[in-house]
Amino acid sequence: MSGKPKLHYFNGRGRMEPIRWLLAAAGVEFEESFVEKKDDLTKLQKDGSLLFQQVPMVEIDGMKMVQTRAIANYIATKYNLYGKDLKERALIDMYVEGIFDLNELFMNYEIQPADKKEQHFANMMDKATNRYFPAFEKVLKDHGQDFLVGNQLSRADVQLLEIILMAEECKPDILAKFPLLQSFKARISNIPTIKKYLQPGSQRKPPIQPEEVPKVIAIFH
Amino acid sequence: MSGKPKLYYFNGRGKMESIRWLLAAAGVEFEEEFLETREQYEKLLQDGSLLFQQVPMVEIDGMRMVQTRAILSYIAAKYNLYGKDLKERALIDMYVGGTDDLMGFILMFPFLSAEDKEKQRAFIVQKATSRYFPAYEKVLKDRDFLVGNSFSWADVHLLEAILMVEEKKSDVLSGFPQLQAFKARISSIPTIKKFLEPGSQRKPVPDDKYVETVRRVLRMYYDVKAN
Repeated sequence: MSGKPKLHYFNGRGRMEPIRWLLAAAGVEFEESFVEKKDDLTKLQKDGSLLFQQVPMVEIDGMKMVQTRAIANYIATKYNLYGKDLKERALIDMYVEGIFDLNELFMNYEIQPADKKEQHFANMMDKATNRYFPAFEKVLKDHGQDFLVGNQLSRADVQLLEIILMAEECKPDILAKFPLLQSFKARISNIPTIKKYLQPGSQRKPPIQPEEVPKVIAIFH
Repeated sequence: MSGKPKLYYFNGRGKMESIRWLLAAAGVEFEEEFLETREQYEKLLQDGSLLFQQVPMVEIDGMRMVQTRAILSYIAAKYNLYGKDLKERALIDMYVGGTDDLMGFILMFPFLSAEDKEKQRAFIVQKATSRYFPAYEKVLKDRDFLVGNSFSWADVHLLEAILMVEEKKSDVLSGFPQLQAFKARISSIPTIKKFLEPGSQRKPVPDDKYVETVRRVLRMYYDVKAN
């Protein structure tokens, strides 16, 4: 028992990636146990490790935590990435929930049937450029500070950077109309723990390859 | 400006209902503005009230809060329904995540075709009885409340979920004695008892009129599919 958090998920981004980002940003080392086939998931379900029979599951501080938000909330609070008071937490929660919604669209893109993919992609890009990125550009513009909330690094900044990079993988010039998000991206990427996570060899996962999709669906469905 | 929270949503359950439940459980009076026309919605968009152009939106403590989870977390923390420490909060978040997923299957129900409704009803009951209810039944074996031996957001949310699933299958709790006792116990808490009485701000099961209003106001005319 190493004392490090241990992440149970498949070897890919999915719903676990925001949690990897947060731990990395907080400078917390973590271990991973990959669910590679259906039997791996069944074993976890049978030994009572999964409250609702689902992953993500993170072993941390004597708990077997499930539910992405619960895990992320716990890590963010424990490592001081959740603002200094209730009002800052409210703002962080609003921003993070918007980002989760956009992340859902990205996550679901790869598993769309071929005839739905193009429409899904268009919707994804439309939401990023017309709903979410303008909102965050305005937040940064209105207060003129380096971080989204309370003039210090929080999970909102980490999760926004994560989603910006995912969007750029789909459309490299997606930040063209958002100068403040461009400088935000550079600034947050340079934070030492985050810079390290962005380097090759870190536990950051690549985008899922189309040929892996059937295997992942087989594990979970 | 009354000082009371003000809820902006349709005159129906949707994503706002959990917020109504929590405010009611906390004994907090609130006002509501119901979206009935496209013009009302466009006005909210134009005056910058909706961070991501969506409702629910709640005016509370000088903020225009959006995102259901953010609003619920704020209310829970403010009114001491979020546990006494980080570990209790972790448990509450886990349990609320489960009931949120379960109620999520019911959220889209009114928008489904008649045929898909039957499929979805079966899906909801199957998930409730094989995944969610067993988990909470087990937690409640030795305790009256889900977390920390005191009433929390998790209990309110679970009661809401139970009642919603019972509307789909009235005897769905038959294999779950702990949940039956829990339901009776939480329903008799004075603030909750009051919310369950006719004349409260609790909203009824959504009907076609509700669906038509949502589609019209949001211009949401695409087909919604079952799970």
